Amino acid sequence: MSTYPSTALSQAAGPRNCLQANDWICGEYIRSRGQELVDATVQHVWITAASVAVGLLIAFPLALLARQRRGAAGPVLGLTTLLYTIPSLAMFALLTPVFGVSAAVVVTGLVLYSLTILVRNILAGLQAVPEEVREAARGMGYGPLRLLFQVELPLALPALMAGLRIATVSTVAMTTIGAVVGFGGLGNLIDSGMQGFFKAEVLTASVLCVLLALVADLLLVGLQRALTPWTRAGRAGAGRPGAGGKGTGRTRRYGRERKAVA
Amino acid sequence: MDAITGAWDWLGSAANWAGEDGVWHRLGQHLQLSVVCLVISCLLALPVAVYLGHLGKGGALAVNLANIGRAVPTFAVLVLLTLSPLGKAGDWPTIVALVLFAVPPLLTNAYVGMREADRDVVEAARGMGMSGSQLLFRVELPLAYPLIMTGLRSASVQVVATVTLAALAGGGGLGRIITAGFGNYDTPQVVAGAVLVAGLALLVEAVLVVAERLCDPSRGRRRRARVGIRGGDAPAAGGSAARGVRAR
Repeated sequence: MSTYPSTALSQAAGPRNCLQANDWICGEYIRSRGQELVDATVQHVWITAASVAVGLLIAFPLALLARQRRGAAGPVLGLTTLLYTIPSLAMFALLTPVFGVSAAVVVTGLVLYSLTILVRNILAGLQAVPEEVREAARGMGYGPLRLLFQVELPLALPALMAGLRIATVSTVAMTTIGAVVGFGGLGNLIDSGMQGFFKAEVLTASVLCVLLALVADLLLVGLQRALTPWTRAGRAGAGRPGAGGKGTGRTRRYGRERKAVA
Repeated sequence: MDAITGAWDWLGSAANWAGEDGVWHRLGQHLQLSVVCLVISCLLALPVAVYLGHLGKGGALAVNLANIGRAVPTFAVLVLLTLSPLGKAGDWPTIVALVLFAVPPLLTNAYVGMREADRDVVEAARGMGMSGSQLLFRVELPLAYPLIMTGLRSASVQVVATVTLAALAGGGGLGRIITAGFGNYDTPQVVAGAVLVAGLALLVEAVLVVAERLCDPSRGRRRRARVGIRGGDAPAAGGSAARGVRAR
């Protein structure tokens, strides 16, 4: 293989810049091809977001089904695990005859992968809700739907969010394989950079991809904090006298902390 | 549906199985790459994880490695390594990328397995005067076995599945049948390649599940223990009650 950047050369502006030298890090590349980078990032983000959102919409009823009927749990978990075993390249290839070469191939493949993680985590979260809490809510006249959405789901939220974070981060990484059908977001740039032996394009796209995963993870952590204010109320309240008096656990913790301070 | 009958015909034709680009050759490359990667990853990850688990240090390292492993796209690493000077060294970019990919699940699972070995049992063994290495080999490792094997299994399946990506960067393996199919707009070949790759991944998973059961060091003991509990008069709740007392 030759080592000159075929695509870069034609667009190089000045004599002897980093594009011509085919450096790994190249500001000139980001400046001259900024629009391409933005487009690829936007595609990457929407493919990931759509996959995770659809995955969540499908995983939630599946987890409910697996919890409701013991007989359904085995097949549901088995099938989603089986899907996870199929290599991504093969998955996208298998879906191509169904959808043609389109973004739907990539999104469907990524949805199927996210199911494994999401179903397991939602199920674990729902199963961890204490039976007494459920009984208490029923005693207060909660119907099954209100019980699910106002009691069980909030309590299962930490496990759900943990699953969502894992699913999102791995989906960001796996979207790159979509390049095989031309819908890989930043993966498209990695692919074309590889074809043209263009180092800056590959490195920039790869770094952006990792950054995207990081940002998505941080956003989800923030979302979780916003959605579960009660998990912090206990900690914040422990410092204030009187606020910790709701349960014995809190009073005890408050006492211990005061002792530690003194 | 043409694609499916086409794929069936493609798989049925002997010409597609023989030669440099044939299925047998690609399958051989695929398995060879997978095994090399797995052996290197195990040699790197397992001793470190078992040692750190034995000492009880490095938990944050294991968790962070697992998270980083998930966030970094293997395809990107593969291409970056192919364009680096390492790219001239044949299969090494693929091997390095896959080892980086396989080490986190191996390390994390083995570490967690060592840490979650029942602390009471470990303490009891120490109380009986077992030395560090006796403790490690006779108590902690057998107890950690199921989780270590789970890590090994998921790493193996992931590696077999991911070797496919080497084809995108011009490497060998079964993925080449798929990429060649895409290159020629030959959908039946794409589907046939995908079926082969998916089949191999599922087969490897099944073989490893069986191997895990067969190699379990405490296989007989675990089964006997379970039968004993079920057959005895003690109700299941008895166990948890006893544990509750101990915890207090």
